[in-house]
Amino acid sequence: MKPRHQRMIAIAAGVALIAIAAALVLNAFQGNVVFFFSPSQVAAKEAPLDRTFRVGGMVEQGSLKRRADGLTVDFVVTDTAKTIPVVYSGILPDLFKEGKGVVAQGKLGPDGAFHASEVLAKHDENYMPPEAAHALSKAEADRAAKSVISPGGTR
Amino acid sequence: MKRFLWPLGIFILLVGFLAVGLTLKPREVPSPLVGKPAPAFDLPVLHQPDKRFVPGEMRGKVWLLNVWASWCVSCREEHPVLVELAKRGVMPILGLNYKDKGDEATAWLKRFGDPYQLSVVDADGRIGIDYGVYGVPETYLIDAEGVIRFKQIGPLTMAIVEQKVLPLAKALQK
Amino acid sequence: MIPEIGNFALIVALAIALAQAALSLTGAARRIPAFVAVARPAAQGQFVFVAAAFGCLAWSFYSNDFSVLNVASNSNSSLPAAYRIAATWGSHEGSLLLWVLMLSAWMLAVSVFSGSLPADMLARILGVMGLINVGFLSFMLFTSNPFDRLLPAAADGRDLNPLLQDIGMIFHPPMLYMGYVGFSVAFAFAIAALLDGRLDATWARWSRPWTTAAWVFLTLGIALGSWWAYYELGWGGWWFWDPVENASFMPWLIGTALIHSLAVTEKRGAFKAWTVLLAIIAFSLSLLGTFLVRSGVLTSVHAFATDPKRGIFILAFLAVVIGGSLALYAWRMNKVAPGARFELLSRESMLLANSVLLVVACAAVLLGTLYPLFLDALGLGKISVGPPYFDSVFAPLMAPAVLLAGIGPLLAWRKGDGAQLARRLRWAAIVALIGALFLPLAFGRWAALTSVGLLLAFWIISGAVTAFIIRYRMKTSMSAAFFGMLLAHAGIGVFIVGVTLVKSYETERDLRMEPGDTAMLGGYSFRFEGVREVRGPNYAAARGAITVQRDGETIARLAPEKRTYFVQRNPMTEAAINAGISRDIFVALGDAVGGDAWTVRIHIKPFIRWIWFGCLMMAFGGLLAASDRRYRIAARRPEDASAADATLIRSGAA
Repeated sequence: MKPRHQRMIAIAAGVALIAIAAALVLNAFQGNVVFFFSPSQVAAKEAPLDRTFRVGGMVEQGSLKRRADGLTVDFVVTDTAKTIPVVYSGILPDLFKEGKGVVAQGKLGPDGAFHASEVLAKHDENYMPPEAAHALSKAEADRAAKSVISPGGTR
Repeated sequence: MKRFLWPLGIFILLVGFLAVGLTLKPREVPSPLVGKPAPAFDLPVLHQPDKRFVPGEMRGKVWLLNVWASWCVSCREEHPVLVELAKRGVMPILGLNYKDKGDEATAWLKRFGDPYQLSVVDADGRIGIDYGVYGVPETYLIDAEGVIRFKQIGPLTMAIVEQKVLPLAKALQK
Repeated sequence: MIPEIGNFALIVALAIALAQAALSLTGAARRIPAFVAVARPAAQGQFVFVAAAFGCLAWSFYSNDFSVLNVASNSNSSLPAAYRIAATWGSHEGSLLLWVLMLSAWMLAVSVFSGSLPADMLARILGVMGLINVGFLSFMLFTSNPFDRLLPAAADGRDLNPLLQDIGMIFHPPMLYMGYVGFSVAFAFAIAALLDGRLDATWARWSRPWTTAAWVFLTLGIALGSWWAYYELGWGGWWFWDPVENASFMPWLIGTALIHSLAVTEKRGAFKAWTVLLAIIAFSLSLLGTFLVRSGVLTSVHAFATDPKRGIFILAFLAVVIGGSLALYAWRMNKVAPGARFELLSRESMLLANSVLLVVACAAVLLGTLYPLFLDALGLGKISVGPPYFDSVFAPLMAPAVLLAGIGPLLAWRKGDGAQLARRLRWAAIVALIGALFLPLAFGRWAALTSVGLLLAFWIISGAVTAFIIRYRMKTSMSAAFFGMLLAHAGIGVFIVGVTLVKSYETERDLRMEPGDTAMLGGYSFRFEGVREVRGPNYAAARGAITVQRDGETIARLAPEKRTYFVQRNPMTEAAINAGISRDIFVALGDAVGGDAWTVRIHIKPFIRWIWFGCLMMAFGGLLAASDRRYRIAARRPEDASAADATLIRSGAA
């Protein structure tokens, strides 16, 4: 084979590889990027009905209840403006606590509750998942905009 | 040849994104309590266990509520700032002694100085839950109507006091 | 007093690093022998002072000196001694000191083992490494000094994060950092060669064993981390595609590409531009990983405390080091002569294709890791990219790489013989196909993906075995490097067997169990005997007792724990594992759910140990390759290198 032909083949292979990789990446992004919504956004019906997404905020005080089977738990996630009930079946992470930040991943059920397939809490007790923090700060900002005196200074 | 410049170009783009990412500060923890009335409590006073204190007694004043404990390392870091603030007498500082033992707490104050007008005892941390305490120390600025106006998670520093707490307190005192 | 000595030692080390970088780089550029001569003693002195500082910090931890803020925040008097010492690198500050210690250790090694390097080359290499150390030492001294005092002293410390109180955590960070930081050697070699203009086979030969050694440590470090996550996090997973994991995995991928590309540059003088670029990228990704973990830009399960100010510092450092070296690359690379030609079917082209695949896979991982950040930076919403993304992109990109890795060792350099290759691989292909098609039936469930996974695994293993047999029959002596390569390839096969079988046949159940309850999973019965309270040195725990039986025979009594550490007061799940070659039984306690009942999670993980065993094989293969006699001989007689090149090409796989 002539060197020029070899070069062409090499370039063609490289382009094909990049095209395949790009197709794989785009395809995977389409199916596997999980969007995040706050309870307020869910209440405003911004969240999708048929897709997995994440919801974050704080676990409301006193809302954690265990069903009779011992495995299924119900709790309420709040961003202090709106709340959303969450159902989860399985073992909760070590640092899951009422009054602490949490992120749940799952789908919205026809009953209006969020059916979580995964509940995430973090390893550090003083840490709040950034998505949960984001939800709380947004709700707070909305409230601040409405109140007469700006609370200010928190950010 | 230009093709050797490609890696540099891609890298510069990446650095741009990372720089923007840094300014987003994903870890800043907001408080849902700011702008809300400070949760009520009725707790014993550290130095006079037979006396009790309710936040309503502070009505009409702008004051600081500082959550502290003798076992907390960062509190020690923060303590000189509180002592200094108390010395200036801008506003009363009250302590919420969180999940602590009484004798250790009084010994701690004796050793490092007591900036507090008084400290209340939250031995089992229940009031801490109402206040959404993430970790000790935390500090709340409460206005004359009993509304939380500012919350500091983690130790106060002189910079935070000068730039945030004092200006806000002055505005609220007017 | 001890912490002050440590602090002082760090300042002295910074001064030496500055002098080393400035003098040896100008010395080499302006040909001033006195300056060039500084490099070696400076590197060794730097190591002494950094080691002294590290010793001081370790001593402060060991002796419970709670007047040191770092000790007070990360240790406790009730912490067992081994963990007190491991706590030295458990914090942000301490892990930076470990980073610097590792860099100094690599510098020491280079200064000791490179006796035959030309003096100006060595000066350039040590100068570049000294420059990196300047950055890290000043980062530490200015933003995160491990010796900061806490006055008055604390009565006791806040304790080490319970997750880190574990044997895996004692060894994982040093190993990982050895690997991470080890790529700085390859980087320094590349930059030195760029500055010098001598990008040739000799350069590749010098740089090869160092790169392989760093790769070995990184492989071990990642494997240890994965093993730790498996038994300590209590989720039974072994890889989460978490940003912090990706941060260590990306340099590994590029490092793998680099050691293969270096082979071509050494033997055939080709791919120079590509090899240099890979060396720069490998270390850049190590730095980027440090940035991602330490700046808090990305969040992950490894949520250690972070600080934006530190992030700005590292980002600036990153921009200077990587930007500078890429600019140097663009400027200098034009003048480099092209390498030797090769045919499309040759070992060169296989190695090139492999390293390109590895780089593309790494880019896909990088994109997935940073994509949430990009969207956030552009204000397009908050998202997360989950493990399915990485699985579905990474596996298809790696599959052809694995196929090629089975063929590569059987092809000759420059021009391969297609007919001969087909003959040689006939048996390997038949074995792999039959095994892959029928083995899943033994597990009772056939699935196409399982077969594909096994096919790849058997293909690469039987390819390595075939290459071994051919070499053996030819009665030519097999170099340690060649055998190491085959072993590492077989290790990939073992690893893939583990991954495929775990993914295909793992089972798990979450249960609510009362004492006396029995549950069945995967042919095993699990009887929950109840929970009792136990006390450890610095924690109290609820310890469950679970008897595992198969066909009426007791196989194991497992004791998973739910611990509460006294100081930090967080619950911690401590899983109990019955390990075996063909399966692990994994049991974790959930919560008490009223009465004596508990929630319990049971996993059966078939062949999961093969994952880490495969990694061990890869690391051991790398070790053999790095210790090949050839490098020592070549290092002693660099003038013979071109002659050696010729013989090696002749004695190659042909």
